[in-house]
Amino acid sequence: MKAVLILAMKGALARRGTLGLMLVSIALATALLLAVERIRHDARQSFVQSVSGVDLVVGPRGGAVPLLMHAVFRVGDASTGMRWESYRQIATHPAVDWALPLALGDSYRGFSVLGTTPDYFERFRYGDRQSLRLADGRPFTGLFEAVLGSEVAKRFGHRPGDRIALAHGSGHIEDGAKELAGPGHDNRPFTVVGILAPTGTPVDRSVHVSLESISALHVDWVGGAPAPGLSLPAAALSKFDLAPKEISAALVGLKRRADAFRMQRHVNELRDEPLMAVLPGIALDELWRTLGLMERTLFAVSALVVAVGLAGLAATMLAGLAERRRELAVLRALGAGPGALCLMLLAEGLFVTAAGALAGLVLLAAGSAAAAPWLLDQFGIVLGQRWPSVNELALVGAIIGTGLIASLIPGWRAWRMSLADGLTPRT
Amino acid sequence: MADAAPGRSDRNMAPAGNGAAIRIADLAFRWPRQPAPCLEIGEFAVAAGERVFLHGPSGSGKSTLLGLIGGVALPERGRIEVLGNDLGRLSGRRRDRLRADHVGFLFQQFNLLPWLSALDNVLLPTTFSALRKARAAVERSPREEAERLLGRLDLAAADWHRPAGMLSIGQQQRVAAARALIGRPEIIVADEPTSALDAERQQLFVDLLLQEAAAGGTALVFVSHDHRLAAHFDRTVELAAINRAAETGAAA
Repeated sequence: MKAVLILAMKGALARRGTLGLMLVSIALATALLLAVERIRHDARQSFVQSVSGVDLVVGPRGGAVPLLMHAVFRVGDASTGMRWESYRQIATHPAVDWALPLALGDSYRGFSVLGTTPDYFERFRYGDRQSLRLADGRPFTGLFEAVLGSEVAKRFGHRPGDRIALAHGSGHIEDGAKELAGPGHDNRPFTVVGILAPTGTPVDRSVHVSLESISALHVDWVGGAPAPGLSLPAAALSKFDLAPKEISAALVGLKRRADAFRMQRHVNELRDEPLMAVLPGIALDELWRTLGLMERTLFAVSALVVAVGLAGLAATMLAGLAERRRELAVLRALGAGPGALCLMLLAEGLFVTAAGALAGLVLLAAGSAAAAPWLLDQFGIVLGQRWPSVNELALVGAIIGTGLIASLIPGWRAWRMSLADGLTPRT
Repeated sequence: MADAAPGRSDRNMAPAGNGAAIRIADLAFRWPRQPAPCLEIGEFAVAAGERVFLHGPSGSGKSTLLGLIGGVALPERGRIEVLGNDLGRLSGRRRDRLRADHVGFLFQQFNLLPWLSALDNVLLPTTFSALRKARAAVERSPREEAERLLGRLDLAAADWHRPAGMLSIGQQQRVAAARALIGRPEIIVADEPTSALDAERQQLFVDLLLQEAAAGGTALVFVSHDHRLAAHFDRTVELAAINRAAETGAAA
């Protein structure tokens, strides 16, 4: 038995060309399947992490998912905003522990600019109820001061003291394509005063400024564009009332989480303005339901790729069996039983599948390391480097198990052949 | 058959009755889904160390007979004994063991694992059978024994480490002969091992095989359709004469 297995190894080594190709195809299929699973998991994780400390997201009435996407993930545009008075009304409600106003709509070289209050750095919670931490500098206090998310700072190499110019609109623009970002706020440069530590949430990709700064930016604008021929010097701005009039949305933390539904109803029933409050968890569930079909389709497609890879393995082994028929007869004459020959093919299939699956894991690790920055940039998905999860190992186990089943067919054929052929192969 | 003619059985009995290497009695074999047996042998025996030339044209049931001696097929009826073991009473595993330990096979062609070196091919029986390994190691290491056999069979040392698939057919057959001989099995069964060789080399090959078999005290059953090779054997047996099924034309 042992002799047969050693021979199987040597034989596999001799056919390393063909088997190597099979191994590569199984490795790619495994990596694909695991990547789909990992991105799915990490995308959800990223989303959940971003809103873990928020009990309610309040904004203009509309879809729950669009509001969440806009307010928390800075994806999409809000058509309308909410009035500052309505925000104050909600913020001062007795059930509310804290509320953070969010004014979105401007951008800095493709990254969103978030107008908020200095409270944001105290109150905002992400991940496992962690609070924001400044890696460098201090929170903004005055006009035209900005605190950069870690990703923004890293991308452009900004340090406290740098001056940056914001742009109107939220186009996802890279350097050198500024005209697409809408008219500029070049005449009102901001000073970087602080840089946040990485959080793995959209905070990393935001530029934080005060609500007053946002107002000041647009004070000499008319109807969404700079008023022609009018450019006020920064010093003159103090004469204007820079108190915010309108914000995009608000994040709300409650004193007791149990009040979430009651507070939601309260917001939804406000008379003065059509607003809505969204429970992030429920909105995310809705998002997953929307994405569920796509996710399942993606998973099914990658599972099919694995199946095709394993079918290829079985087919290759079966095709090779005709050539190896003589080999099987030789082994039979040497004293190998049909069971041993069947075992030999099983071992071969198992070896190729297992090696392929392991290579797939390595490929996944290498691939995710390479693709992580891009995924974070493009989709805000934090792809963590980590040991395979139980889920992923279960998938790998399933792949190896299926590989074993796939090699049962050639194994069974070898058994039958060796019984029918005896010592003289009929080829 | 119980009423087999005494004369016939006498003629096919091994001269030395006691230590028979192979003994077949009243045997019938039929392939599945075939109406009639392709092999029916009343009596046939090979003595220990005896060298028998079994003459049979193709279609005389010789492959079947070799399968039966090897224990990879079982007779429908009758007995077949190898070294005193009734194969019909042994489990498949025991029969495989018996074959690995005591019988060397040599086929027409394709005897070798093409991706193994010539030397490793010769050593194969010692990896499958501890007994043959022990016997090969009596005077020297199994490896040295393999080298000695390859040398005896005129395979140049330069070819010992080449993959068997790279060797010529003639060289391959000599490697196969060395493999059948290593570890001194009690029985070697050769099935037309010279058919792929040219006439000149055929006799040379048979003589080498006979010499080495004699040196090892190995019984040799050499099956061929070519009478010219029969000269140096102890005895010649016509398969057609002992196989009664062949007479009815049902042989496979």
